[in-house]
Amino acid sequence: MSDLLVLPVVIPLATMVATLLAWRAIRLQRILHLIGAAGLAVASIVVAVSVWNGGIMHLQVGSWSSPFGITLVADVLSAAMLVVVGLTGAAVGVYAVGSIDGERERFGFYPLYHALLMGVSGAFLAGDLFNLYVWFEVMLISSFVLLVLGNETEQVRGASTYVIINLVSSLCFLAAIGLLYGLTGSLNLADLASRLPGVGEPALVTTIAMLFLIAFGIKAAVFPLFFWLPASYHTPPVAVSAIFAGLLTKVGVYALIRVFTLLFTQDIGYTHTMLLGIAMLTMITGVLGAAAQFEFRKVLSFHIVSQIGYMVLGLALFTPLALLGAVFYIIHHIIVKTNLFLVSGLAHRFGDTFELKSLGGLYRSKPWLAILFAIPALSLAGLPPLSGFWAKFVIIRAGLETEAYVAVAVALVVGLLTLYSMTKIWNEAFWKPLVSADRTSEADSERAVNEGLLPAPSLAWTVTPVVVLALITLGIGLYAEPLAIVADRAADELLLPEAYVEAVLGSGVAENQSLP
Amino acid sequence: MILAILITFFAAGAAPLVASRAGRRTGWILSLVPAGLFAYFATWIPAIQGGEIVRVAVDWVPQFGVEFAFVLDGLSLLFALLITGLGTAILAYAGAYLEGNPDIGRFYVSLIAFMGAMLGVVLADDLIAMFVFWELTSITSYLLIGFKHEKAYARKSALQALLVTGGGGLALLAGVILLASAGGTTSITGLLAAETPITEHALYLPAFILIAIGAFTKSAQFPFHFWLPNAMAAPTPVSAFLHSATMVKAGVYLLARLDPLLGGTAAWTWSLSVVGAITMLVGAIAAVRHTDLKNVLAYSTITALGTLVVLIGLSYPAALKAAIVFLIVHSLYKSVLFLVAGSVDHETGTRDVLALGGLRSKMPYSFGAALLAGLSMAGLPPLFGFVGKELTYKAKLGVEGIGWMLPSVAVIANALTVIAAAILVIRPFFGRYNSPKRAHEAPFAMWIGPVIIGGAGLVLGIVPGILAGIVAPAVDAVAGEPVPIKLALWYGLNTALLLSVITVLLGAFGAWKMDALRMGLQHFDALRRAGPEAVYDRLMNGLPRLAEWQTSFFQGGSLRTYLAATITTLVALVGGTYLWQVGIVVPWSAPDLMPIEIVVTGIVAVSALAVTVVRSRLVAVTALGVVGVGVALLFVLFSAPDLAMTQFLVEILIVVIVLLVMQHLPDEVNRTSLGRRIRDAGIAVGAGAVVTVLLLSVGQTPVSRHLSDFFGETAVPGGFGRNVVNVILVDFRALDTLGEIAVIAIAALGVFVLVKMNAPLDGLTRPAHPSVVLQTGTRLLMSVLLLASLFMLWRGHNEPGGGFIGGLVAAAALVLYTIAYRQAGTERMLRVAPRVLIGSGLAVALASGLFAVMAGKTYLTGLWAGIETGTGVLKLGTPLLFDVGVFLTVVGVVMTMVLALERISTAPPPLMDGEGEGTQEPGTQGERIRPPSRRAPTAPETSEKLPAS
Repeated sequence: MSDLLVLPVVIPLATMVATLLAWRAIRLQRILHLIGAAGLAVASIVVAVSVWNGGIMHLQVGSWSSPFGITLVADVLSAAMLVVVGLTGAAVGVYAVGSIDGERERFGFYPLYHALLMGVSGAFLAGDLFNLYVWFEVMLISSFVLLVLGNETEQVRGASTYVIINLVSSLCFLAAIGLLYGLTGSLNLADLASRLPGVGEPALVTTIAMLFLIAFGIKAAVFPLFFWLPASYHTPPVAVSAIFAGLLTKVGVYALIRVFTLLFTQDIGYTHTMLLGIAMLTMITGVLGAAAQFEFRKVLSFHIVSQIGYMVLGLALFTPLALLGAVFYIIHHIIVKTNLFLVSGLAHRFGDTFELKSLGGLYRSKPWLAILFAIPALSLAGLPPLSGFWAKFVIIRAGLETEAYVAVAVALVVGLLTLYSMTKIWNEAFWKPLVSADRTSEADSERAVNEGLLPAPSLAWTVTPVVVLALITLGIGLYAEPLAIVADRAADELLLPEAYVEAVLGSGVAENQSLP
Repeated sequence: MILAILITFFAAGAAPLVASRAGRRTGWILSLVPAGLFAYFATWIPAIQGGEIVRVAVDWVPQFGVEFAFVLDGLSLLFALLITGLGTAILAYAGAYLEGNPDIGRFYVSLIAFMGAMLGVVLADDLIAMFVFWELTSITSYLLIGFKHEKAYARKSALQALLVTGGGGLALLAGVILLASAGGTTSITGLLAAETPITEHALYLPAFILIAIGAFTKSAQFPFHFWLPNAMAAPTPVSAFLHSATMVKAGVYLLARLDPLLGGTAAWTWSLSVVGAITMLVGAIAAVRHTDLKNVLAYSTITALGTLVVLIGLSYPAALKAAIVFLIVHSLYKSVLFLVAGSVDHETGTRDVLALGGLRSKMPYSFGAALLAGLSMAGLPPLFGFVGKELTYKAKLGVEGIGWMLPSVAVIANALTVIAAAILVIRPFFGRYNSPKRAHEAPFAMWIGPVIIGGAGLVLGIVPGILAGIVAPAVDAVAGEPVPIKLALWYGLNTALLLSVITVLLGAFGAWKMDALRMGLQHFDALRRAGPEAVYDRLMNGLPRLAEWQTSFFQGGSLRTYLAATITTLVALVGGTYLWQVGIVVPWSAPDLMPIEIVVTGIVAVSALAVTVVRSRLVAVTALGVVGVGVALLFVLFSAPDLAMTQFLVEILIVVIVLLVMQHLPDEVNRTSLGRRIRDAGIAVGAGAVVTVLLLSVGQTPVSRHLSDFFGETAVPGGFGRNVVNVILVDFRALDTLGEIAVIAIAALGVFVLVKMNAPLDGLTRPAHPSVVLQTGTRLLMSVLLLASLFMLWRGHNEPGGGFIGGLVAAAALVLYTIAYRQAGTERMLRVAPRVLIGSGLAVALASGLFAVMAGKTYLTGLWAGIETGTGVLKLGTPLLFDVGVFLTVVGVVMTMVLALERISTAPPPLMDGEGEGTQEPGTQGERIRPPSRRAPTAPETSEKLPAS
């Protein structure tokens, strides 16, 4: 059964290789791409079901036992994240088929897309710090190439910021792994969890934990390490922005949650207070950043930062309810944020621009698009009865229960400002009449060309995923119980690292430690 | 009950369909929904009157303890009847009012959805469920206020209403969570049944304040009242429904509902009565200052809401009775007046009373309805308004301690309301005929509702007793105990009646001296200009400015700044934590170093420093090479031949690659100011110091060698290889290697994209410089190198070598060939594109792990077979196949890069000059956040291409 765990890595890799070999046969690449995306979705669901029924699963790749070989582990959190990856991967994959231009297809969009999915899936499965690093590298390099794919000046500029700052993250991560290895002689997460308390250097461990915080904090785009995100996310094609927006930062948050529940809990008073401060500042700076923007995707990009703050807040509060909230928030956010970017692409398709000032009139001309925007947008702002409401509700309740009143106040005000941002987009792109005076006939002809270039069926490719994701958002909102149960179990597991260690190392933990 | 709400939302969804099919009859058909619901709720009256309380609940999110629970008691029944009853009239009215409007379908979606949400608010028994519906009313009303969304004013007003009520909603959310955690349940019934009163809980005060803020914003209490007059941007039927009779009463409802729970404390009484009283006065004064019918109505609504809040604040039975009666009174007359105002606007084209007059003969039915409602508003007998006002006065007179304050405020506010009523009824309908458009009576659908509701005000005024069956259970619910109710038009001569007389006289006098009064009240305008709305405006203007300031501060656009900030954070956080946690400790111990190690380290350090200070790029690249070679030497010194070989080969290839692109890079490195460089140097030194200190600290702890020992012991018996490094790469940690070769494969693809995409270099012809000597020599050398690479691959499992090293050697050979024969020659010789090598390499590595799966083992498990040869047993296994995959991938990767770069290296330089924007030091010119431009920055047809184009 546990052999299933390689599938979320092997399927995207196989798809990447297959599409790479089918280089010139674009149609074949598309078919392979869709099969691969669907395969990943199915595999992730199968893994999730097995984890749900059988508890924490682990796989020793190459049959080398823990902690010597590489371990892949799936607990409920990992499994849930995998399902969301499979889901958004498939949704954006379908959208990409209908929206990615031929030039990018010819230059390897599909192999790169699946490389990215492999990195993300691998990161959620890694039970070994260095293996996690490898998946981070896969993610980083594939996202970098996806960012520059197209070679437009804006893209290259955004991508340089992106890759250089993320390399600093890699560097910190690697240094931190090395230091931890120096202390414990181990890389396996479960093994580390069982060895760290015995190292007898709690102060040093806390210091190293801060290095991890920097490494993952850059990935997660928290304050003040988020610069790379707003500098780059608005530059590539929408399908790329969307999958980035959904998944990349969340891998960082996942990694933070993993190490700050499994490894670094020896001085919660210090580490998690630090996280609390970071969470609040992240929420505020992100939302204010969004308030200053008038470009559809830039607004959305800053909101990623802001929302990351809520997730980190859940981790920082460190109660079962708060972690439940963090997990719920991540899953909700991936779906909603991906969808908002996809909607921005549709708006661009009809309005020829991402600039809110030049958009307009979509409420009248495309009322269905207005609904498709409103659902994820209001969900992002945390309004009921949508998924974001429950996410925010739980975090706020957890905050009130732990008497973190300042954080609660920040979370509430930031929620209001998020609503302000979303209504700004709504006002400008949907309600405001299209100002035709400053739009020349050139734009109209451009649109005609665009519409001519994109045959009617491709609209279905791009709209269907948006509808599906919107329905999921609505579904979670109207009936939050299933996801709440999942998040609850994930949180329980996170707060019981002993179970994780035992699942991976077996009950003979002591035996391993007694090795010279 | 749940079904009733569901039906409403379903009807909302079906509204556009109805609108597109039914045409003019849309309003009538849709009004059947609230009419049916009204009838349904009416059937409950006897049961509720008999003291029954119906509660239905289904689990919603048990995980959070949230139920989809509804309760029908006197209070919710009263509201449900008001909502559905007025809803019927308004839906029918709107059909005629908006006839021909293309957006009528979506109008009804929002309006009916609003009605459903409102029913949800008043019926919900679960605090969270109530909050969900509460927010839904905010969203739907946002859509309704912004219905004329092409007008900037409508958009602004809608946003204002949403932000003010939404902000209050957030306070409410925090409040109800606190309340629920104080009481241990989210069920209102459950909270009411609690043994210990919530008012004694430590969380009572914060919970109450937050909930009150929520209620005040929704019910337009001072200082949050300003959104309501602006909400008049909505079509009139919406104003009639939302902003007089229903939504704004949600706050009042909430306070009434929670009165038995939270009420009775000093905080409750004082805050509600003071805020309510101020609201009354503010609304009343502003009402008579206006001449727009809807503005007058909006401000008089604020007055009425203030009155209700005061009464609920007083919180004793007589006050609550007055509150419930006045609530009904107000809903009836205010909806009529709004609807008539809409009719007048519809038929005359204006709502300004100064431009209207003498309409009574032109619009007789509307006039009749307006007259009845106006008299009720003024509180004159025998209308229901009189009953309401008498009770109000009586209630306010009953307060001890405040004395005459409250009644005085009430008399002033009510007198002003009388004047407002006069403005609303006398100005447009009496006097000389005046209308911008030829006025005539509104359509049937637009006057029948007002006439019925207005008539109801008269009937209820004469025989108020018939309402006792509804009022009594409602008062019971608010009071939390049975209250005897007797309703009558005439209570005899008492102080309340005296106050009523004074009010009417004052009002009549004021109406007579209207202009003087207006002039007098003008002075209050200055107050309003400095009032809460100005604060709101300042906030709304300040927010973008603050946002812009902070964004330009944090996200200025310069990569150099970002890096500086990131690394400073690193130094501060990690270094700070070290100082805080470990202390000022320098973990220095005399290192045990050989002289050669010191020398090599010194060279590396000096070269690294040189990279950062030299001006020439060529020198910098060379220095970087020295660093690499130095590190490789260190590997040798620490007996890691595999690492050293890899490092050397990589360094060589880097030199080649850099040379290929060298001519396209500016020779001189751009320089920034000395100050910045000193700052950056400081940051860099700090980061280096932090890492050094950490390394030294870790170095002082004993190392656990359980991993390395295991690898050393198991490599031969388990992995069949004496080269432990290679066994780790292809067996112990093969998955890492698989990931890493994917990384280099993608990197190669990246180079390919960056160089070749959108680069029309294919058509370029290049002068060939074939050097026969070089070519001949190369062929020879290449054969040797390729053989060597295969040898490296083969022996790698046991001796230094392996797929990585072998691949790099093979690639070096091919690079040499490329130098001699150029890209075209190499491509001819290879026959396949290098990316095919990458693909096959990855495929081989991927597939080598699958054999184990087929054999029923875990992925990437090594399978081995022994082959007898003359000299012994030759062990062959899938890890070796994996290594072949690595080999192929590495060759493909290097060749992809080199062939792509070779192409630009031979392209004529002039093409590149002056376009070096993309290749400049990214830090020296930031991507400033630019003012929004009309041109889509990423639209392919408008953007500039990379230098290569």
